[in-house]
Amino acid sequence: MLSYLWLVPALPLAGFLILVAGGRLSKRMIAWIGVGSVGLSAIVAGLVTVSFIVSPPAGGRFTQHLWTWVEAGPFVSRLAFDLDALSLVMMLVITWIGLLIHVYSAEFMAEDSGYRRFFAYMNLFVGAMLILVLADNLFLLYLGWEGVGLCSYLLIGFWYEQPANGWAARKAFIITRIGDTALAIGMFLLFASFGTVDIQDLMRDASGRWDAGSPIATAAAALLLIGAMGKSAQVPLQTWLPDAMAGPTPVSALIHAATMVTAGVYLLARTQALLQLAPAVQFCVAVVGVMTLLLAAFSALAQRDIKRVLAYSTISQIGYMFLALGVGAPVAAMFHFLTHACFKALLFLGAGAVSNSLHHELDMFRMGGLCRRLPVTCWTFLAGVASLAGLPLITAGFYSKDLVLWETWISPHGGLWLWIGGAAGAFVTALYSFRLFFFVFLGDMKTEPHGKPGPMITVPLVMLAGLSLVAGFLELPRTLGHWPLFSSFLETAMPLVHADSASVAAEAIHQSVLSLVALAGAGIAYWLYRAAPERLAIFAAAGPAASLRRVWFEGWAFDRFYDRFVVRPFIEMARTNRTDAVDAVYTAAARVVERAHVALSDTQTGSVRWYATVLAGSGVLFIWYMLT
Amino acid sequence: MILLWLIIIPMAGACAAWWVERRGPQWPRWTALTCLGVELAVAGALWRDAALATPLSRPGTWAAEWNVAWIPSWGIRLHVAADGLSLSLLLLTAFLGIMSVVCSWTEIRERVGFFHFNLLWTLTGVIGVFLAMDLFLFFLFWEVMLIPMYLLIILWGHEGRLRAGYKFFLFTQAGSLLLLIALIALVFIQASQKGVWSFDYHDLLGAQITGAAGTWLMLGFFLAFAVKLPVFPFHTWLPDAHTEAPTAGSVILAGLLLKTGAYGLIRFAVPLFPEASRDFAPVAMFLGVVGILYGAMLAFAQTDLKRLVAYSSVSHLGFVLLGVYAGAHPAFEGAVMQMIAHGISTGALFMLVGALQERLHTRDLRHMGGLWGRIPVFGALLLFFAVASLGMPGLGNFIGEFLVLLGSFAPHAALTVAATAGIVLAAVYALVMVQYTVHGPAEPDRRVADLSRPMQWSLVSMALILVWLGLYPQPLLRMVGPAMGSERPMVVSAEEGSG
Repeated sequence: MLSYLWLVPALPLAGFLILVAGGRLSKRMIAWIGVGSVGLSAIVAGLVTVSFIVSPPAGGRFTQHLWTWVEAGPFVSRLAFDLDALSLVMMLVITWIGLLIHVYSAEFMAEDSGYRRFFAYMNLFVGAMLILVLADNLFLLYLGWEGVGLCSYLLIGFWYEQPANGWAARKAFIITRIGDTALAIGMFLLFASFGTVDIQDLMRDASGRWDAGSPIATAAAALLLIGAMGKSAQVPLQTWLPDAMAGPTPVSALIHAATMVTAGVYLLARTQALLQLAPAVQFCVAVVGVMTLLLAAFSALAQRDIKRVLAYSTISQIGYMFLALGVGAPVAAMFHFLTHACFKALLFLGAGAVSNSLHHELDMFRMGGLCRRLPVTCWTFLAGVASLAGLPLITAGFYSKDLVLWETWISPHGGLWLWIGGAAGAFVTALYSFRLFFFVFLGDMKTEPHGKPGPMITVPLVMLAGLSLVAGFLELPRTLGHWPLFSSFLETAMPLVHADSASVAAEAIHQSVLSLVALAGAGIAYWLYRAAPERLAIFAAAGPAASLRRVWFEGWAFDRFYDRFVVRPFIEMARTNRTDAVDAVYTAAARVVERAHVALSDTQTGSVRWYATVLAGSGVLFIWYMLT
Repeated sequence: MILLWLIIIPMAGACAAWWVERRGPQWPRWTALTCLGVELAVAGALWRDAALATPLSRPGTWAAEWNVAWIPSWGIRLHVAADGLSLSLLLLTAFLGIMSVVCSWTEIRERVGFFHFNLLWTLTGVIGVFLAMDLFLFFLFWEVMLIPMYLLIILWGHEGRLRAGYKFFLFTQAGSLLLLIALIALVFIQASQKGVWSFDYHDLLGAQITGAAGTWLMLGFFLAFAVKLPVFPFHTWLPDAHTEAPTAGSVILAGLLLKTGAYGLIRFAVPLFPEASRDFAPVAMFLGVVGILYGAMLAFAQTDLKRLVAYSSVSHLGFVLLGVYAGAHPAFEGAVMQMIAHGISTGALFMLVGALQERLHTRDLRHMGGLWGRIPVFGALLLFFAVASLGMPGLGNFIGEFLVLLGSFAPHAALTVAATAGIVLAAVYALVMVQYTVHGPAEPDRRVADLSRPMQWSLVSMALILVWLGLYPQPLLRMVGPAMGSERPMVVSAEEGSG
């Protein structure tokens, strides 16, 4: 069964090809091809998984070599897929969550004139994302890496008539490409050092030949980190993600929540061995994670646009994954990736269902009281919100966030301050997620909803809601049954020192504290936004609070800073030199020749007297010159 | 002998195309198309034979050769020969030749016969340049390219064609003059050493001129090729010439004439003066990187769509210069891959721009927009080639640029890092181009027709070639790889460069 692995990325790509070049297709056919290709891919991925688990390949790793992609001199890159526990988890999330989002889109996008284009891009995205996670070498990974970036660009700018969407799309592509460039340079550095781009070989050679903390290892790890930060929207390269919400909502769910933005997490988990050789960089990963999760959580608290809340929330949650990576706990990062993919996809799809019944309204201040009219959306959304906030015991988000913070607490790379940052973030997360829920579904109805979502929208919602609640049971901590299914599976791919030296009692206390934090956040949200909104209004209107809110609202003014110090100077510089200063040199030379020509031809007057004068004068000058 | 035919076919076709014009304007078009089709078939057969031959064109051997005396007293011979590199470039020449005939089909309506005469005559010069292994013959073909190209610009070009034509002529002619001086000096020195006159490539390779003389002669060769490539700061003829030329002229200029400069560097400037070139390599690589960044910056600033594409060529050809002078293995293959991929992607972009100008009668980006809704096939193809041009993996340009960068990193890390920044700038200008042409709000009540069937098929075939080069570049890489081994004793070792 494992040998069918190549079909997993090939099927969505085939769907893309048919949609691009398949001649005339009815809307029904388009949906069948677009959804069906991902569905088949998901089924094959499921079968491959069963086969992988039932009869694990030697070394916990299966490699399928298709053809030699590039071979030039010492450089070899194979088109080969590599399946281990890490890529398997990624593959399952991409195909199955992807399938649910595709099903949802078939109904959600039904009225759009770009239906076919939409599914073509979405299929291309799924194919590229699968190549990214299955690639066995960095060169091939880069193909997927750029491929998903391209699809992200195309889908953010999907409604191309609006110049603002095009701007957002370009912003996303260019900022992530700055990160990609760092990744590329890291790849050049690794190739120059070890003569290969095969990821397994690189990690083995790096561990064997580079000393921990050596400058070259630090440089390589730092370059990969910058690449990851661009793709995963981490501070300071996070500014593109809130604007990326210009795309259709299923795109936000699939690309900008569940899969593509976590590619950076995957990359760093994949190159964990290199990261461990560079403790300074590893510490940076954790610091970046904490900073991002805090800054983005506060920004989420100040947004009005329902999708922007979720976008900032995504940035913030990926911050938790970076924190986990930074403290040397990639399993925790992957666990949080898994639960986050479920509940964040759910929240985006729910938001899409809401805005669809409100004439594409996205401002949550103009929503409210929708629970009675849209019960399925409401209850599933509540499941997502609870999971995001990490309400104890019953939600998946609780278990994964608990694991991340527990690892931060006990890890030698962690520490109190990182933990406090993460816990404070958890509080703000609970606050903004329930704020969102209260504004949209409770209170007075401000806009009358029309229509009800059909089954192709509600079924994915219900399934994702189920996953958002139960996915956490894949990994139960020692205090609650000790069921380490997920971590023991993943550790076949990432052998790790798992020093659980702390006592079970300490873990129980930690969980209680975290539960209280989440419940307090939810409770205070209720008090602020439901019980006593007038008090909040008075407080928020006051001077310092208002300006703080404004700073949060515009995402800590990163955009203004970049605009002022990067974008504008660049445009100005380009404008100034539009006519090419170098050409001015040649034009000047031509002008000199021209002038000289005019000046000299002026001497040709045709007057004999003038010629005679010049002749005589020159003769005199010449004789004088000869004599002296 | 077969190589001689490769030169004769377009030459005869040129005369025939002019001759048959009296029968009607379709005749020169079909004549040109036929003879370029034959050319493509012959070159393709040669390429396939060379690709199947094992061991695959060992360094120093030719896949085909023809060598007879011409002016014996001066040691001038009719010596043409082809290896994997020249055969690949010949294929590109024939292919882009066909494309330029197709894209002129509706654009050129005046003096059709003379137009195709000039077109084919330029191609003859290009083909001769890629084949000549006698430096006198090489120089002859080098000059043959020039006049018909000049005529194409000044007779069928756009508003500013006269000025652009002069500029093109003066720049390339100045370069040619330097080439001529350096060439004659080289032959003199060689003759005084060996006592025999010879313009033959192999004889001159053995001359091994060192010291100051070597440096000066190398510079003469380098400058001539640098103007053609073009290398910053000799690039300023290019935007004018590309912009003012008719579409076919732009396709040939960008796709082929620039490549003769790169070919000259690979075949002559570096192998003839290995020592001087090695000393000069850091300067050349630096100029390449400046070209990458400067060209991209200027491309972004343009409001004339054709000028934008022209400046993007300056940027892309910087990678070729970087790769040629890196003197390391993946970089060399990358440079050749970049030559071919750039020829196709930029050729396609010029064809699209030409088609757009035919429809909108403007090249000004500020007067376009929203074309996706009106002419979707055009929009999709423009998007494709823009994405190819920004170096998307899976397409040929990516392989070219990344092999150059991978190979250049060990010899010169700092320059490579700077060059890599160029791929961000490429994204900036390519996406701006897409935005202002096909995206954005559509101008109301503007009726435009989508691309004609022949144009669609031509562009789709170009797209497929880029996909092939991007996903399975092995056949091409194996063909061109040995071209470096045979003539490049100057491999900079990794230890030496990176320390």
